Amino acid sequence: MNRRSKNFVALCSIAALTIAAAPAASAMHIMEGFLQPTYCIMWGALCIPFIVLGFMKINKTLASDRKLIVMLSMAGAFAFILSALKIPSFTGSCSHMTGTGLCAILFGPCATAIIGAIVLLFQALLLAHGGVTTLGANIFSMAIAGPIVSWLIYKALKATKIPRYITVFLAAALGDLFTYCVTAFELAIAHPAADGGFAASLTEFMGIFAVTQIPLAVVEGFITVVVVMGLESFAASDLISLGFLKKGMKKEALHE
Amino acid sequence: MSKGKLAVILLLLCAVIIIAPLVLYGNTAEFGGADNAGSEAISELTEEENEPWFTPVIESVLGMELPGEVESLLFCLQAALGSGIFFFFFGRYYERSKWETRTSES
Repeated sequence: MNRRSKNFVALCSIAALTIAAAPAASAMHIMEGFLQPTYCIMWGALCIPFIVLGFMKINKTLASDRKLIVMLSMAGAFAFILSALKIPSFTGSCSHMTGTGLCAILFGPCATAIIGAIVLLFQALLLAHGGVTTLGANIFSMAIAGPIVSWLIYKALKATKIPRYITVFLAAALGDLFTYCVTAFELAIAHPAADGGFAASLTEFMGIFAVTQIPLAVVEGFITVVVVMGLESFAASDLISLGFLKKGMKKEALHE
Repeated sequence: MSKGKLAVILLLLCAVIIIAPLVLYGNTAEFGGADNAGSEAISELTEEENEPWFTPVIESVLGMELPGEVESLLFCLQAALGSGIFFFFFGRYYERSKWETRTSES
């Protein structure tokens, strides 16, 4: 890649990260002002080590192969698309997907913390979706806890004989679902019920956030599989340098 | 099964999963946001009025709530820009892999 196209790619990535991250005004993150300051600070502090690790991880990945910045911006753009789509669920309310599973599988959970944090920050600032005060809690659920689950499932099943697509599906779908379980948990400890305390709140919020999310998690799993199939067909060499595919598999992946 | 066929089947399944709730519960449900359901539940559970202690930045700047249509504009913009970037690079990968196969054959 020559200098000009490098600059162009960098420019596109910056555009992606700034402008595209913007929208989503009534999304399913924790609403602005709905967590007490103590919890805002606590969840924010919990995120800091992951963000720092994320910067280091992204630097390391890009130092090993500069071209991967294209894949990274695609993973980021994927999260933007999916978190803009509000989808009806069988509980009668709408929610949206997270789109962070793909990034977690390809780049690991720490790099995903950065991508997710950027998406959430712009949604909070421009879209009144989520919020600045609840940013820490939302980053923790969508950009850290969910991706960690995706990544662990992917790592654990990768070594087994389970077909790769099923592994990717389970990782993306369960990571998405877990994100909303964590959201429910965060709300429940901040707002224990007057009658029944933390447990009653947790049941209630699980019902609202996690149950609604089940069909969406399945959809996210399917879409992630389709994207991975596409990348395997046309970008096998980049997936190999990421460690997603093994060297010997290149031919098979290209000509399948 | 070829990759292309599998992809089409998976995407069709997605469409069915998304449309089914609308068809099944279209008469009875409102399909509001799960976060709004969440804020109502907070007031009910804690049995006290729950006033958010912070107003979203954009609403303080504009001095009003983001109008619904403008909100959907912003959502569209997010999805459009996301897919623009995603498919631009996907197209580049596609062309590159075609070029790679051609050079390795000749």
